Amino acid sequence: MIYLVGILGLVFLVMAIVVISRMQSVMKSVNKDVQNDEPVANNKLNGTMWIVTLVLGLVGTIWSYYAAKDGFLPEASSPHGRRTDELFWFSMALMMISFLAVNVLLFYFSWKYQYKKGNKATFYPDNHKLELIWTAIPAVVMAVLVFTGYRAWTDIMSEAPNNSQVIEIMGKQFGWMVRYGGTEDNKLGNYNYKLIDDNVQNPMGLDFSDEASFDDISHVSEMHVIKGRPVSLKIRARDVLHSVFIPHMRVKMDAVPGMPTKFWFTPDKSTDEMRAELGKPEFDYEIACTEVCGRGHFSMRMRLIVEDEASFKKWQSEQPTVLSAVLQTKPDYISRIPENLRAKAMKYAPAAPAADSTVAQTGTAAASSAALR
Amino acid sequence: MSVVATSTIVDAHVEEVHEHHEEQNFWKKYVFSEDHKTIAKQYMITGIFWAVIGIAMSVVFRLQLGFPGINLSWLKPVLGRWITETGTLDPNFYLALVTMHGTIMVFFVLTAGLSGTFSNFLIPLQIGARDMASGFLNMLGFWFFALSSVVMFISLFLHTGPAAGGWVIYPPLSALPQAHMGSEMGMTLWLSSMALFIISSLLGGINYITTVINLRTRGMTFSRLPLTIWAFFITAVLGLISFPVLFSAALLLIFDRHFGTSFYLSEIYINGEALPNMGGSPILFQHLFWFLGHPEVYIVLLPALGMTSEIIATNARKPIFGYRAMIASLLGIAFLAFVVWAHHMFVTGMNPFLGSIFMFLTLIIAVPSAVKAFNYITTLWRGNIIFTPAMLFSIGLVSLFVSGGVTGIILGNSALDIQLHDTYFVVAHFHIVMGAASAFGFFAGIYHWFPKMFGRMMNNSMGQIHFWATFIGVYLIFYPMHYIGIAGFPRRYYQFTTYDFAKSYTNLNMFVTIAAIFTFAAQFIFLWNFFYSMFKGKTAPLNPWRSNTLEWTTPVVPGHGNWVGEIPAVYRWPYDYSKPGAAEDFIPQTVPYSATPESNLPHETALIAEEKELGEINLNDQFRTAH
Repeated sequence: MIYLVGILGLVFLVMAIVVISRMQSVMKSVNKDVQNDEPVANNKLNGTMWIVTLVLGLVGTIWSYYAAKDGFLPEASSPHGRRTDELFWFSMALMMISFLAVNVLLFYFSWKYQYKKGNKATFYPDNHKLELIWTAIPAVVMAVLVFTGYRAWTDIMSEAPNNSQVIEIMGKQFGWMVRYGGTEDNKLGNYNYKLIDDNVQNPMGLDFSDEASFDDISHVSEMHVIKGRPVSLKIRARDVLHSVFIPHMRVKMDAVPGMPTKFWFTPDKSTDEMRAELGKPEFDYEIACTEVCGRGHFSMRMRLIVEDEASFKKWQSEQPTVLSAVLQTKPDYISRIPENLRAKAMKYAPAAPAADSTVAQTGTAAASSAALR
Repeated sequence: MSVVATSTIVDAHVEEVHEHHEEQNFWKKYVFSEDHKTIAKQYMITGIFWAVIGIAMSVVFRLQLGFPGINLSWLKPVLGRWITETGTLDPNFYLALVTMHGTIMVFFVLTAGLSGTFSNFLIPLQIGARDMASGFLNMLGFWFFALSSVVMFISLFLHTGPAAGGWVIYPPLSALPQAHMGSEMGMTLWLSSMALFIISSLLGGINYITTVINLRTRGMTFSRLPLTIWAFFITAVLGLISFPVLFSAALLLIFDRHFGTSFYLSEIYINGEALPNMGGSPILFQHLFWFLGHPEVYIVLLPALGMTSEIIATNARKPIFGYRAMIASLLGIAFLAFVVWAHHMFVTGMNPFLGSIFMFLTLIIAVPSAVKAFNYITTLWRGNIIFTPAMLFSIGLVSLFVSGGVTGIILGNSALDIQLHDTYFVVAHFHIVMGAASAFGFFAGIYHWFPKMFGRMMNNSMGQIHFWATFIGVYLIFYPMHYIGIAGFPRRYYQFTTYDFAKSYTNLNMFVTIAAIFTFAAQFIFLWNFFYSMFKGKTAPLNPWRSNTLEWTTPVVPGHGNWVGEIPAVYRWPYDYSKPGAAEDFIPQTVPYSATPESNLPHETALIAEEKELGEINLNDQFRTAH
């Protein structure tokens, strides 16, 4: 990477020299009238500059591509991601061709047809055939891009498969929270934003009048998913807009308060496999926020762990339920649970001391987010 | 033509016209002026003032991005407590800077500064009118803009800082004062300022449209209008249709903020409190915002493209290639501008089917845009190009328009937008195609029409140096920025060190910052040249660029009413450059075909018969009998 800066710096330097040398010619021509053979001062020099810029620009373009390409599009770990990557490079190639063709012509013509004494420009106001051709060509290219893009888009946005792992992810100032259906019914319980209460460890507003929410577990810093199993994200936000961005999975979807959104993808490379593939033992999949949400927008990191089913199950079973955290913080919360369900709810009451770690984590997260405001 | 009827009306006006000739006092002449040329200069100076502030802001936050945690305590005298005790930039103020940079550059510099300056200056001069249809509304338009500027400027000094939710001010962030300090008084002033700004641009727009339709001189048919005027005209129509929608969006946001409504708010828990608002939709705001926001891109760009057409034709000494295709593509782009807004919202959770429709419509825009680019290039082909600074900036604009345009095709593809949305790829794309390209149009316009504005020439060589430094600088800033975007770096991040995936490219970010500083510094060459030449420049000749359009038939410094005596009639299109057979390489629009038998094309010879009649009619000119 340092070479990149080096060479681009060199381009800079060359440019600075050119500018300085031109500055001198300005000093000379300040009080002089325009030379006879030039319609404005330095016409010829400016003509040459187009070619110089073109050559330097081409070199810079090609060189910087090779110098920087290692960082492009981080290795995709989902099938739809590889598909959009292919589409991206295909479109990019087409765009690069038009970018280069047009700029080369533009710069070349500017140099080639610069003012020459005695020359007269060609009176050439239109040519319908030519115009028809260059209307048609972009139209055809666009049709191809629309068609391929449309097919990829509808596939990506289709309904999640039935065997998907359903995970809820909620954005807040400033962090993500994930929720799983739990080990018993594997079903996400209802929530209601009015029940959100950081003080009683219910930051996602779980509604405990729905017994499906009893065994729900949540986490504030890690999302675990099973390799090869489709993941269906149910996305929401509790305060302002956020946007779930998982760069390696090519996932991005806004989190909107009051309007749940969704996105599904299939992670097909486990974290360990990626670590081996990239040769970076400390590699982790990450979840970021890409919709400006306030002061801590840049620091909403959550780790994503892709693992096999066994380790996922193990992790899942180790997590305390949200209900147990709530009951531990505020034992009389039980009175707010409908009577017919209390007995069942009491099973989650803090006989289990394992809840400590999560409580501590959630507690700090809530405190720090308040402090960050 | 009803010659008799018009001239009776004219006679009735003669008397009140004479009053205008009295010497005006200072206030009427320079401050509350109703003269379109003075108003144009007022827009220009205000625009330049804002540009310096807006670009300086970007340099400050670029410093933080290029050198995370850099010690900026030397800025403490200016920024005060926004520089923390350790000398770093406050993250809240970082967001405020990003927001203000966007707002200022888009609305105050490139809308008011660019379109306000040149629509006002060129429309009456190039169509052959004494002034705008309503000089008073025109003055009011500028002063509403000035008022809006003052309000926005004041917001910079608030204790809680100016608005900070991004220039798109998406609610709920912008609606809830408890969500961010920038959403307190700063946002209130932002919304007030924008409301005033919208009034200003509507007053301006109505005037531009009315003037172009009603006040063209005799012979100036729509098919003889310079492309600049076509562009200003279409821009004004775009603004007139879309700005009221932004007004409604802002109004509803004001209601949500101050009167407890729930247009954009629903199910929100913030700062330990569940808000009562239910049933609103933040997405509604985005639809309303982008219904303006997208046409706004073209409101900014079309005037620049219009001026470029004129300048390229003049300095290539060739007719613009495909005049009618140029108009058609302007109209096509303008129409499409209204039906593509949701491509900014592919990943907001909007119905995916809607996404595919908007992808289709968006990619169509590439067709008229490509036509424009090819036409510019063909105009250069076999020309006899003179590199005035204006010409350099125009060619530069075409290059930027293409380079920034092609990446739009990638972003407009909803499947590809998933990864690239809200990354630096987007930032690079729109800064090139809309920001830099339009700014180049602004520079080109100033260099080209400066002699008409101030009766003096700007220094050519300094202009050329300014161009090369800016052109190369812009590419050095924004070309590498695409790389950062392809790597997935999100926008509006205070720093990238929180994430592993964004740890690379620190050198590249540093490089971009250095390039930005260099480019910013280069603008001072322009500022010096501009202000120095205004007072000390060489006196301009009547028609320094040997151009065809009407403004060069006025006195060197046109007075009130623009032409001394009768407004000339127009007999031909504005692009008769290097016509075969003609002695000179340009034939101004005021030269009748009967005077140029040697160069007339067959269908033009046929028009000679109508010219005598044309010369005698008097459409709107009050001065015809008076002088």
